[in-house]
Amino acid sequence: MGTLLLEGLRKEYGEAVAVDRVDVEVKDGELVSLLGPSGCGKTTILRMVAGFIEPTAGHVMIAGQNMTRTPPYARQTGMVFQSYALFPHMSVAANVAFGLEMRKVGRAERDRRVVDVLKLVRLDRLADRLPRQLSGGQQQRVALARALVINPAVFLLDEPLSNLDAKLRADVRSEIRALQQRLGLTTLMVTHDQEEALTMSDRLVVMESGRVRQVGTAEELYENPADAFVADFVGRCNIIHGTIEGNALRSEGGILLPCNVEAAPGNASVLALRPERITVRPGSDSGGVLARLAAVLYLGAQTEYRLDLDGTILTAIRATPADNDAMRRVKTGDMVSVSWDTAAARLLPA
Amino acid sequence: MTSTRLAYRSSVAFAYVLMLMPVATVVLTSFFRDEFVSFPPSGLTLKWYTNAWSRHEFAGGFLISIQVALIATAIGVPLGTAAALALSRSDLSAKNAISTLLLGPLAVPGVVAGTALYLFYIKVENAVDLDIVGTLPALIGAHVLLTIPWTVRVVTASLQGLDRAAEEAAANLGARPWSVFRRVTLPMLRPGVVAACMFSFIQSFENLELTLLLVGPGKTTLPVAMLNYLEFRMDPTLAAVATVQILIVAALMLITDHFVKLSRVV
Repeated sequence: MGTLLLEGLRKEYGEAVAVDRVDVEVKDGELVSLLGPSGCGKTTILRMVAGFIEPTAGHVMIAGQNMTRTPPYARQTGMVFQSYALFPHMSVAANVAFGLEMRKVGRAERDRRVVDVLKLVRLDRLADRLPRQLSGGQQQRVALARALVINPAVFLLDEPLSNLDAKLRADVRSEIRALQQRLGLTTLMVTHDQEEALTMSDRLVVMESGRVRQVGTAEELYENPADAFVADFVGRCNIIHGTIEGNALRSEGGILLPCNVEAAPGNASVLALRPERITVRPGSDSGGVLARLAAVLYLGAQTEYRLDLDGTILTAIRATPADNDAMRRVKTGDMVSVSWDTAAARLLPA
Repeated sequence: MTSTRLAYRSSVAFAYVLMLMPVATVVLTSFFRDEFVSFPPSGLTLKWYTNAWSRHEFAGGFLISIQVALIATAIGVPLGTAAALALSRSDLSAKNAISTLLLGPLAVPGVVAGTALYLFYIKVENAVDLDIVGTLPALIGAHVLLTIPWTVRVVTASLQGLDRAAEEAAANLGARPWSVFRRVTLPMLRPGVVAACMFSFIQSFENLELTLLLVGPGKTTLPVAMLNYLEFRMDPTLAAVATVQILIVAALMLITDHFVKLSRVV
């Protein structure tokens, strides 16, 4: 296993800049996710690492070697494609053996390693099947086995769960993560699914329009977002535009919202407040800001409240109150009191 | 049954009758005993088949046709496949022009193409002082032209349905470009290439117009031999030969369809 280092990576398509000044480091055995909306350049980066796209500028260093101009077949990366990209005319075993054959590994060793890796992904009994005879989840495990068997220096995952149904997704997610940790695979993953990224990654790179917005652990990004885009993209967040007035932000709707002005960066213009940090109390005389309940959504363990602060809308998500709690009986149209710890209300640049 | 469904079904039936009528007529006629075809026949016979077999121009023409079709297919399909790959994969600026040029032999009437080739061969003959017109290689060269448009079309269609990610996966696993092509691209194109072989063979095997001017003495193909025979006689021998031809083409299509579903390729 090795490390992956991207330095000043840039890709232009004519006038358009798909990827701009991207620096990312994936340490030995670490899983780093590129997270962002579609079109943010994350897939382009992955393809530049694999060697399918040549960068306009910058370097791709794999295990300390500059591989920027190295053709894909000599890069020692193991990629799992979004569509799995299995060879339809080859059996499961032949698919997995392909990389070893290309490396001129002898017959006996090849067979042994194929059996081992198929056992690892629990497909050893399906070795003679053709890809089209397998379910989506099984096909994906073949793709994993095929990329793993060559002991790649860097493991690349392109939206690995996007073609699986929701129920299977959670299982496969923890399975891939467990495998990655057990084998100590240096991994770069691309995803647009924040839950996938948050639960699987050691660190995340949040991207937008070809640029890196923030790099950090799931907790750092959630608790300490660098800007409104990251706050909004990672987890749910109330984002309110306005102007700073004293110790509060005056929303465009004209409501004063108390917030943490001291900690705000100079270019801050947006209030970011997580829904679970908002306290909602029944009645209009409990202190805090007065709001009308625009909607109450019962989600089981949690309840979501849409709060209308005279035109400024906030969303609060709280644990569903106990049966004897007065909050249990509030309904759409009721007036409530809304408050929050000012430390949780961050001012961020847009 | 509603009247629209009835109308639909009867028009489908009518189309089938229209297509199969000539074939059925030829096959039936080949068994009629009378030298001049009349209906109803005075009796049925197999003598036209034995007559066809005993006449060396048909047996010889058949062998020449098979030989020419096989060699032209063996040359034309690899060339056409390579052209289809180049056209769909590269970003040549003259792509459209080249593609039109390659499909050209389909658009030019066979007699025109035959005449052009004949004149071209004469010019080359004069320039290099070698016999060309009427030789087997010259004929095969002409038939290669027939196989290319079909191959380019069929293989291009299969290329469009091919998952490029599988090729990238092969490269990612350490395969150099030639290995990617041999181990992944070509096997995935197999249905298209097999269909191209079949169409090319049939195009060459039954071509008359282009061939007419290019055959030499003793090197007549089967369709040309049939036309020559028709100039002097009108008996059902030709129907017998045509029936054998129909059987060969039908068998070829059935065998091909067994390996690749033609309806999916074309």
